[in-house]
Amino acid sequence: MSVSVALRHDFGGFSADLAFEAPPGVTVLFGPSGSGKSTVLNAVAGLLRPDQARITIGETVLTDTATRIFLHPHRRRLGIIFQDGRLFPHLNVRQNLRYGRWFAPRGARSPEVSVIEMLGIGALLDRAPATLSGGERQRVAIGRALLSEPRLILADEPLSALDEDRKAEILPYLERLRDELRVPMLYVSHAPAEVARIATTVAMLEAGRIARIGPAAEVLADPAFAGRGREAGAVIVARVVTHHPDGVTELQAGGPPLFLPTPPAPPGARLRLRIAAAGVMLAPGRPEGISALNLLPGTVETLREVGEVVLVRLATPAGPILSRVTRRSVRQLGISPGAALTAIVKSLSHAPEDVGTPTPAKETTP
Amino acid sequence: MTDWLGPQEWDALRLSLRVSAFATLASLPLALLVAHALARWRFPGHGLLNGLVHLPLVLPPVVTGYLLLLTFGRRGWVGQALDEWFGIVLAFRWTGAALAAAVMAFPLMVRAIRLSVEAVDPRLEQAAGSLGASRPWVWATITLPLILPGVIAGAVLAFAKAMGEFGATITFVSNIPGQTQTLPSAIYSFLQVPGGEAQAARLVIVSVAVAMSALVLSEWLARRAARRMTGQ
Repeated sequence: MSVSVALRHDFGGFSADLAFEAPPGVTVLFGPSGSGKSTVLNAVAGLLRPDQARITIGETVLTDTATRIFLHPHRRRLGIIFQDGRLFPHLNVRQNLRYGRWFAPRGARSPEVSVIEMLGIGALLDRAPATLSGGERQRVAIGRALLSEPRLILADEPLSALDEDRKAEILPYLERLRDELRVPMLYVSHAPAEVARIATTVAMLEAGRIARIGPAAEVLADPAFAGRGREAGAVIVARVVTHHPDGVTELQAGGPPLFLPTPPAPPGARLRLRIAAAGVMLAPGRPEGISALNLLPGTVETLREVGEVVLVRLATPAGPILSRVTRRSVRQLGISPGAALTAIVKSLSHAPEDVGTPTPAKETTP
Repeated sequence: MTDWLGPQEWDALRLSLRVSAFATLASLPLALLVAHALARWRFPGHGLLNGLVHLPLVLPPVVTGYLLLLTFGRRGWVGQALDEWFGIVLAFRWTGAALAAAVMAFPLMVRAIRLSVEAVDPRLEQAAGSLGASRPWVWATITLPLILPGVIAGAVLAFAKAMGEFGATITFVSNIPGQTQTLPSAIYSFLQVPGGEAQAARLVIVSVAVAMSALVLSEWLARRAARRMTGQ
């Protein structure tokens, strides 16, 4: 089920004018604050009546100003995961979880037990929201949204109120949502690392317009949209080949094998690797005798200056990756489009592969 | 125990309880509506409504009673209409005492409820709406439970105020034993006759006991509601 949004709204001083199609999977609305992310989310949720809009989920029309259709928020059947959880303080966890079920259509209900189990909140059912930790609260909020049988999940920066440890606690649950339940999701975020883990599709917003939309791997590896440089990074998908006895796992993403400290994934599993631009060095030829295990040959495609540094996009057999280097290095190595270089990847972070990603490799795998 | 209070004193106590309970319960729905309107809605006349509700708090009670007499008395424009169409007479009846008590207690009730409505996070109601609950459902399952401590506090306060209401009551419905003689009116009457101090003193003790019990009860209910909220 895909989501289609077209809207135009004038706030007086700021206007949004955009249209996009969100394919199945997680579509991340990404951009600085004031770029219109919340406008889109509020319009889809029915909390904002745009001047002009047509918003549909599959066959269902939520808003259409041309035919004067405006479905009330409570009839839209959207599961919203708010930044601050918004659990009902006078109800316990069980009652919170069941709140939306009351109003959900009978039949076709996903079993409560499996959702509770998936989120690991079985032990919390009789507790009051005030006694939960930030991470637990957000897990319950996710469960509550899921159990209302939504057509679409709207996640409004669901992790931004949490510290790093709690974020790491919640992210895997969001990934399972995407991969196991296959619930379509619109996800607002301005944290690149989060986007790299969760996104199937990335829509970059700038000043109320869609600056770019496409598969996550494509958009994230585009230097023009990589943000301030510090957090820039590309995403590639790799298959686990084998675990070596010295604690290193060999992966195949196309081209030479990649290595990383053994992740909790069996051989054959597909992983999404985030390669931060700051963790990629560039060298001419093939360097010898260095500690980094991952060397990827590639060709420079584009360069973009971001303040004092330069983001270089390199086409490699594993897919496009980004490197963040100084202007001096660019001059000394003579980096220009078409130059052949080796990318030395110092750091890799991994997450289970997003099954929604339309990678050609995935489609040819039986 | 029944001998402790004389028949006239019993009548006054019974009447006061009836008048106060009736005044509190009957004005509660209107107070909820007005408190919501003042806390949440923006409309022309917002300030006027606010002033009107609070007027009995600052007017001399005798003035309020006189205004009630002018409007709801047998020859008042509302009173006449009520009499002709529904056969309801308020002046010099216990129902009139209830009206006077309700008007005097109304600002206190509205204030307490309004404060609790303002304390409810509208984003929780939004969240409930996103889960499929229509407006009335959201109100019944989210808003009402969250403002309940304030509603209870307001109701108890109004009840206590109604038990003590004197000036407006005596002006509007007079002081007829067994019909419109409430506790304060009875205490006043006893103090006017020589040798009535003992009876007055007994009613004073009763008044204090009723007021104290109301306060203790509201405190207990509010604490229970708060405990549910923090999950202890």
